[in-house]
Amino acid sequence: MTALIHLAARSLWNRRFTAGLALLSITISVALLIGVEKVRTEARSSFTQTVAGTDLIVGARSGSVQLLLYSVFRIGDATSNVSWESYQRISSHPMVAWAIPLSLGDSHRGYRVVGTTDSYFERLRYGGDRSLELAEGAWFDDLFEATLGAEVARSLGYRIGDEITLAHGTGSQSFLDHDNMPFTISGILAPTGTPVDQSIHVSLEAIEAIHLGWQSGVPIPGQEVSPEDARAQDLQPRAITAFLLGLQSRAAVFQVQRAINAYPDEALSAILPGVALQQLWSLVGIAENALLVVAAFVVLAGLAGMVTMLLASLSERRREMAILRSVGARPVHVFGLLTAESTLLGITGAIAGFALVYIAMALGAPLAQASFGIHLAPSAPSPRELTLLGMVIAGSAFAGAIPAWRAYRLSLADGLSIRT
Amino acid sequence: MSSGSTQSIIALTGIRYRWRPNAPIVLDIEQLHIAPGERLFIRGPSGSGKTTLLGLMGGVLTPGSGHVHLAGSDLAKLSAAARDRLRADEIGFVFQMFNLIPYLSVLDNVLLPCRFSRKRSERAATDHGPADEARRLLDRLGLSEETLLARDVAELSVGQQQRVAVARALIGRPGIVIADEPTSALDADSRDEFLSLLQEECSASGAALLFVSHDVSLAHHFDRTLDMKTLNRALDGEAIKP
Repeated sequence: MTALIHLAARSLWNRRFTAGLALLSITISVALLIGVEKVRTEARSSFTQTVAGTDLIVGARSGSVQLLLYSVFRIGDATSNVSWESYQRISSHPMVAWAIPLSLGDSHRGYRVVGTTDSYFERLRYGGDRSLELAEGAWFDDLFEATLGAEVARSLGYRIGDEITLAHGTGSQSFLDHDNMPFTISGILAPTGTPVDQSIHVSLEAIEAIHLGWQSGVPIPGQEVSPEDARAQDLQPRAITAFLLGLQSRAAVFQVQRAINAYPDEALSAILPGVALQQLWSLVGIAENALLVVAAFVVLAGLAGMVTMLLASLSERRREMAILRSVGARPVHVFGLLTAESTLLGITGAIAGFALVYIAMALGAPLAQASFGIHLAPSAPSPRELTLLGMVIAGSAFAGAIPAWRAYRLSLADGLSIRT
Repeated sequence: MSSGSTQSIIALTGIRYRWRPNAPIVLDIEQLHIAPGERLFIRGPSGSGKTTLLGLMGGVLTPGSGHVHLAGSDLAKLSAAARDRLRADEIGFVFQMFNLIPYLSVLDNVLLPCRFSRKRSERAATDHGPADEARRLLDRLGLSEETLLARDVAELSVGQQQRVAVARALIGRPGIVIADEPTSALDADSRDEFLSLLQEECSASGAALLFVSHDVSLAHHFDRTLDMKTLNRALDGEAIKP
C-alpha cells in the first residue's frame, strides 16, 4: 500500500505539469465550493449576531423580512412610519425593558443616517452580549452632533471635529441636501462587524430639525431654516421609522407581540428577529442552494479534467504497466496505482482549495466588511465543510476508478508484452 | 511429470495455447525443462510465439491445455494473485529496451521487485539490506555511485539502462532471469560486454538464465540452444497469427 502511494506520488511528480493543471482545476473548484459554504454560514452568523440582543422589532405593518431588513440591516426603505404617540405608549408597556427608536431616510455619501436616542448606544447588543463602545470621542450630545460607525469613519477618513452635511434620501448621489445644517462629528464607534459600522448616528431631534421647512420630501422654496432658528423650535418628533424592543423577560415576547399586532390606533407589526431571519434564509436559501449546485458542478468539471488527464496518460504508460507487472504487480496494483494518483490529487486539491478560501477570506474580509457589513472571521472548518471536503476526496477516488479500470483491463490484456 | 518439475525451475508439458476459444493454436510445446542455474538460449524471430511463451512462463497467460510448473508449483493450481506473487518471487525479467520506470530513481527501479515480493525483499536483506544489495549489484554491473545519483533514468545511456534492468532482475536472487532481446538496442561491443556481465551475475546469484533472441550469433555463449521453430509445433504448416 505504501509502495503504491510512493509510486503514485512519484508518477504524478513526473507529470507535474499536466497533473498540476488538473490539480489547479480541483483546487479552484474546491475553493469555490467551500467559499460559497463559508460565505453562506458567515453571512448567517453575522446577521444572527446583529439581532441577537433584540427581542422585538416594531414598524408600520409590513412583511416581517422587509421590516427586519430596513430597520436592522438598513437595506431597502420603510413604506410608512410609526407615530411618536404609538412609540411612547408601547415603550411604556410594563413588560418593556428598553426601546430604541430609529428614524431613517437620510444619508451621507451612501451611508445611512440613523436618528435615535442615547438608548441606542446604551442598550444595543450584538454578537451575544456585547455593547457598543466608542473608539474615540463621545456619543452625540448636541443637536448638530453625529457619531460615526467605524467603517464610515475609516473609509471616508473622518476625524472628531470634522463637519458633514446630510443628504435627503438614501442613494449615494442625492440631489437634495440638508447643507444648511452641517453636523460636527462628536465620536467614532469601535468596529462591531454589524451594520452599525456603516451608520451615522444623530439625535431624533436633529432629523426633525433638518426637515424643518420641508414638505412631502422637498424643501419649500424661500423657507430655508438656519440652525439657530431650528434650535429655537419645538423639535419633538412626530414619527419614527421603527423601533427595537427589549423585554423584561423573553417569556413575554409573544404576549407583547400580540398586543402590538392588535394595537387599535395604528397598523403595526412586531416581529421576532430570529423568526424573520429564518424567513429570510428560506427565501435566499434557493439562491444559496443554486450557488452550491453550481459549485458542485464546477467540482465535477474539475474531476472530469483530472480523469481526462489520467486517461490521456494511459496510452503512454502501457509500457510502465508491463514493467510493473513483470516485477510482480498484480492488475489490482495497477488499478490501485491509478486510484491512488487520483485520490492524491483529490486530497491535495481539497487542502489547497481550503487554504485558498482562508487566504481569500483574510484578503477579502475588509471588503466584505465595508460593502456588506459581513464580518468574515477565519474559523475552524465546520463539520459540513469537512463533509464537503470528504465528498470531494471520495469523488476523486471514484473518478479515478474510470482510468484505473481501463488501466486494469489494458494490463490484463498486455500482460508482460511491452507496447509503445 | 512431477519428478521433472521438481528438478526444473521451469517445466512446460503438453502446452497448447490459443488467444480465443476457436482461434488457431499459436503455441504448441510438448516438453520444455529449464534446470536450476542452466543457461538456455531460445532463438525466436518475432511471430514465433515467443511473447506467448514468456507470458505463459510468467503466469500472465494460462494455457488451454498442459501444465506450467514454476519453481515446483503448478501454475494452473494457483489463483491469479498467487501466480503474480510466484512470478515476483522467482523470475527477473529484462526486456528489449525501456526497462525502467521513468519517474523512479535508479535505486528505486532496482528495488521495485522487493516492493512486490516479500521473499526477494528478505533475500536481498539477508546480506546488508535491500538498498545496500541494490548498490552492490549496480557496482558489480559497473554502475558507479555517480550514475546512481542521476535523478532522471532517461539521462542514462541505453547500455546503462539495460544494466540497471539486470540489477533489478537479479535483486533478491530469483530462480531464473528471463531476458527478451535485451541486447538488440546495443552496439556489438557493448552487446558482448553486457552478455558476459549478465552471465557472470546470473552464475554469481545462482539464477538460471533464459535468453530469447532472434540473433543466433549469440547462441555460443549458452549451455543449450533451442529454436522456436522446432520447439513450437504450431509453427509447422499453417500461418501463425501474432
